Amino acid sequence: MAVKTIKVDYLARVEGEGALKVVIRDGVVASAELKIFEPPRFFEAFLRGRDFSEAPDIVARICGICPVAYQMSAVQAIENALGVDVGAPLRALRRLIYCGEWIESHTLHVYMLHAPDFLGYEGAVEMARDHADIVRRGLALKKAGNAIISLLGGREIHPINVRVGGFYRTPRRRELQPLAEELKWAREAALETVRWAARFDFPERERDYEFVALRHERDYPFYEGRIASSRGLDISADQFDAHFEEAQVEHSTALHACRKGGGAYLTGPLARYNLNFDRLSPLAKEAAREAGLGPVCANPYRSILVRAVEVLYACDEALRLIDAYEEPERPAVEAPPRAGVGYGATEAPRGLLYHRYRLEPDGTIADARIVPPTSQNQASIEEDLRRFIGGWLDLPEEDLRHRCEQTVRNHDPCISCATHFLRLELEHAR
Amino acid sequence: MRGKAGRRIVVGLGNSNRGDDAAGRIVARLLRDAPPEGFEIIEKDGEAAALLAELDGAAAAYVIDACASGAAPGAVSRFDAAAGPLPSKTFALSSHGLGLTEAIELARALGQLPPICVVYAIEGGCFETGAPLSPLVAAAVVTVAERLRAEIAARVETEEARHA
Repeated sequence: MAVKTIKVDYLARVEGEGALKVVIRDGVVASAELKIFEPPRFFEAFLRGRDFSEAPDIVARICGICPVAYQMSAVQAIENALGVDVGAPLRALRRLIYCGEWIESHTLHVYMLHAPDFLGYEGAVEMARDHADIVRRGLALKKAGNAIISLLGGREIHPINVRVGGFYRTPRRRELQPLAEELKWAREAALETVRWAARFDFPERERDYEFVALRHERDYPFYEGRIASSRGLDISADQFDAHFEEAQVEHSTALHACRKGGGAYLTGPLARYNLNFDRLSPLAKEAAREAGLGPVCANPYRSILVRAVEVLYACDEALRLIDAYEEPERPAVEAPPRAGVGYGATEAPRGLLYHRYRLEPDGTIADARIVPPTSQNQASIEEDLRRFIGGWLDLPEEDLRHRCEQTVRNHDPCISCATHFLRLELEHAR
Repeated sequence: MRGKAGRRIVVGLGNSNRGDDAAGRIVARLLRDAPPEGFEIIEKDGEAAALLAELDGAAAAYVIDACASGAAPGAVSRFDAAAGPLPSKTFALSSHGLGLTEAIELARALGQLPPICVVYAIEGGCFETGAPLSPLVAAAVVTVAERLRAEIAARVETEEARHA
């Protein structure tokens, strides 16, 4: 029996700290483990005993790349527990700040973390030496997303202006106009990004995922919608626990989520796109078609292209929201405390983000549950490696290692924003 | 993208809540009380794109960050980043996907590196959440603030002499 192990100690260009071990036995991928060894961070425990009003600022600290997502799922869940409806103008502002996060997070991944895989560079620095104008475009596009978050959130990272019931301060209409000018440029840059990424050479690999994402009656989902799947699931956020479960696996400090009785599933850009293509703006749809994407894409290596389409959509949608913006009468609605359980689900850049809170009568958080997208995608990432790497076993070891890393990066895992490397072991059993 | 052309900046990097990782920011705060004339004092967390935006268009940048190169805590290194790349192992501690080394090299590749770009690295010993600066690093930040003041003053003097 031939067994080979390939180890990559530090896989760069992912968010967080972990390792990967792939075992190849007799020319077949026998196992693939995404080993997350980052220490548990205990955020759910930190929240216990705190007042509900502190939750948006506490959960923002979970991630430096997608803090808005954590804030949005938290306020939605807590408002659900309190029976509060913030109304359409404040919901639109939440959607707008979410546009900012998608633009900055996706652009970072597309340009700095993922594109080097397709263009044959070690990383963004090496790519910038040959493609300076393209990297400049990416950085400026990311900055447009940051500008939205700064204006609505008070600062670019870990925003401080989001509260249960709305915002601490809402912008005047005139404050949004300079942002609109920047976003008009960004929309053009995003369109160029889609065209640029469409020219990459994508491995032909597909599989039959169960895609899970929000689905809304009208909008491409950021902030609202029912939880739907490509295999017929259609539930509200309060039913999440009945349909999904998390389990501990020995090789990871992050829990693995799966469908109860169903197994691994995929959340994130591919899932959103496949379940909501008809909700994209005409410009984004047209760009997707022009880039060779149909209404369904099951090739994870094309996720970079789907992310680029989502950036274009987010720019387009942000401009629409700014154009339609009406200053709310008040920055926040009253949110008096009461006992209850609330559920929230929104679409973080990397996928579905579920929160559940149980509140005491005085508003103290008695219990919190947070299920981030990367935990939900871990099993699918491992499955991708098992299914896809087999076709590349004849490659030189360095190239095979690169394919493994690229396969992980397809899903932009945000293991945490504390560190940036992932250790990979690839084992050939003999 | 471009910052205001010709700016002269001191940038302190780090996380204020992670022990010695705050060293760069503390140096910036020490300088902020009486900034060198014409200099802007900035604090950043170290994320590359944000740092790159600060460097872009600057005439002079002095950057201070904590590092973990294996030297004794409190050891201070000075690098002329305009002259060549930083030793990447020194700054491998960066808690972000792209950190100081990448920001400097991206700036160089994009032609955005300030003509004067100096990096001071302070070796950290403790990076625990919520910890204060360790004693040796607390002493080092004062030293670096003084060295920076002296270096900037000497350069300004040289420039003035050249223009006299």
